[in-house]
Amino acid sequence: MTLLAVDGVTKRFKGLTAVDAVSFAVGNGEIYAVIGPNGAGKTTLFSMIAGALKPDAGTVTFAGARIDGLRPDQIALSGIGRTFQIVRPFPSMTVVDNLMVGSLLRHTNMSTARAKADAILARLDLFSQRAKLARELTLPDRKRLEVARALATEPTVLLLDEVMAGLRPTEVDRMVAILRSINAESGTTIILIEHVMRAVMALANRVLVLHHGARIAEGKPGDIVKDPEVIRSYLGTEVLD
Amino acid sequence: MTVDVIQHASGDDAERTRMVWFAGIVVGLLALVPLIASRYALSVLILVFYFAYVGQAWNIMMGFAGQLSLGHALYIGIGAYVPALLWLHLGMSPILGLFAGMAAAMLIAAAIGWLGFRFGIEGVYFALLTIAFSEVARVAVDHIPFAGGAGGLFLPVPAANKATVLNLDGGPLLYYYITLAMAVAATALVAWLARSRHGYIWRAIREDPQAAETLGINLFSAKMRAILLSAAMTSVAGVVNAFYYRNLFPAQSFDMSRSLELILAPIIGGLGTVLGPVVGAFILTPAGEALIAVTHRMGLNAPGTKGVIYGLILMAMICLKPEGVWPWIARKLRLGDRA
Repeated sequence: MTLLAVDGVTKRFKGLTAVDAVSFAVGNGEIYAVIGPNGAGKTTLFSMIAGALKPDAGTVTFAGARIDGLRPDQIALSGIGRTFQIVRPFPSMTVVDNLMVGSLLRHTNMSTARAKADAILARLDLFSQRAKLARELTLPDRKRLEVARALATEPTVLLLDEVMAGLRPTEVDRMVAILRSINAESGTTIILIEHVMRAVMALANRVLVLHHGARIAEGKPGDIVKDPEVIRSYLGTEVLD
Repeated sequence: MTVDVIQHASGDDAERTRMVWFAGIVVGLLALVPLIASRYALSVLILVFYFAYVGQAWNIMMGFAGQLSLGHALYIGIGAYVPALLWLHLGMSPILGLFAGMAAAMLIAAAIGWLGFRFGIEGVYFALLTIAFSEVARVAVDHIPFAGGAGGLFLPVPAANKATVLNLDGGPLLYYYITLAMAVAATALVAWLARSRHGYIWRAIREDPQAAETLGINLFSAKMRAILLSAAMTSVAGVVNAFYYRNLFPAQSFDMSRSLELILAPIIGGLGTVLGPVVGAFILTPAGEALIAVTHRMGLNAPGTKGVIYGLILMAMICLKPEGVWPWIARKLRLGDRA
C-alpha cells in the first residue's frame, strides 16, 4: 500500500532545475533509498517532502492527503520526521533535552516525554551521553543524535539525509542494524539518501537513482548496481567487482 | 551572543531541591529585611526587585525564545499610563486598572509580533521594530492632552486618612512588599515555564529555528506566546512606576534608556537562566548606588564620571563572565538551574 507518493515534483533555482519532474511511491513499512552523485537534487527532493521548500510543480501525497505546500511543522505533526545532512543539534541544550523537544510533540506529560526520550537514546547508544551538551558530542554521536531527535517525534515516515557519512564501517553496520530494528519493530517507513553503498545494499528494499535532478533508474538494490546507466553516471565501474 | 546553560542530569533532582531551599531561605530573609533596614536601603531594594521582575519578563523573550526586544519601555509605559489614567479620570483602582494596562500592552505586542514574526523580520531588524513602536508611543503620548502630553501626568498623593492599599497608596514599605512579591512570582513562573513544554519549545527556536520547525514546532505561535507573556508581565511593572513615583512623562516612560536599563540585569546575570535576572539585579543596582557614594566621597563630580565607571564595570563583567554571573555561581554552589 502506498504511504508516500511523489508525483512529478520540480524545483528550479533561478535557471537551474534542481529536481526535474521526479515521481516515486513508497509503500508502508518499506525502506527506500535515494542515491545519486552530489548535486543530483536528493536533498532538495527531501526538503520538498518535508515542507522546507515548496515544489514549483507536482504533488506530494502522504497517507492519502496532499502535503506539498504545508509548513514543516505541519508536516512533522502529520508524521514525517527528517534529519539534516549537515547536522543541526540544539547546541547548548543537553542531549536528552534535544530529544525532549521532539517527544513533546506527541506527549504532553513531561515524565512520559522524558521516558520516551530516554528509550530512544538507549536504542541509539546515546544514553550514557544524555547529560552532555549537544555541542560536546563527536560527529558520529551528533549523527546519531540527529536520528534520535527525529525518531522522538514518533514519525510514520523517517527521512534520513546521509546519516552514515563520516561513520566508520563498524559504526555504519551498527546504524544499519538500528535502522533495521526500528523498521521491523515500529513499522517505521524509512527513506534514506545515502552515498555509503554498503548501507544501501544492506537496508533498502528499493532504490531510486537521481542524476542532474532527473530520475534515471529505480529498482531493487541488486539490479540497480548492475544498471549500466547508473554505473556510468554514479557508481563507477569498480563496484561491479 | 552565547546563551549558556548549567549542566544538569543525573544529580539534578538533588540539585533542584537544594535550589528550592536556597530560594526559600533568601525570600524568607528578604521578607524580614524591613524590620531593620533604613528607608534608603528599602528604596534601593525596591529597585532591585523591580529590575529583577522586568528582567525576568524580558528574559522570557530573549533568554528563552531568542527574540531581541529593545523596546520594552513601551510595555512599561502602557502599563503605567493606562491604570494611571483610569484612576485619575474614572477613579478605578489600579489593581483593576493594571489588567486594562496589561490588555493594552498585549494588544500592541500582538501587533509587533504579527509584523515581525509573520514577515520574518528577525534579529536586529526585529529589535529595530520594537524600538520604532516604543518611539512612536512616546511621540503619540506627547500629543494626547488627557494623558498630560509632554508636560507629564501627576497622580495626587491622597491625604493620609484617605489612603488605601486598594489604590496602592503607600510608601517604600508597601512597595517593598509589592515589588518583592512581583519578583518572587515572576521567578517562580519562569522556573515553572523553563521546565515545561513552553520552555523546551522556546529554547529550541532560540537554538535553531529551522530544526525546531522540523520537530513540529509552529514558530509563529511559539514566538507570539513569548512576546505576549513578556509584554503582559512587563506592563505590571508600569503600575509600580506610576503609583510609587506618582508622576509620568512620555520622554521618561518611553525613553530608549528605559528599555536598555532593564536588559542589563538578565545579560549580566545570565541569559536564559531562571535566577540570572535576579542575580544581575542584585549586583547592578547596589553597584550603581555604591558608585554614587564612592565618586561623591572622592570628589569626582565631573559630569559622566559615574557613567564611565559603570560602563567599565559592565564591560569587565561581560568579558570575564560572558555567559553571565549566575551560571558560574550556580556551578560553584552546585545548584541546579536549567536553561
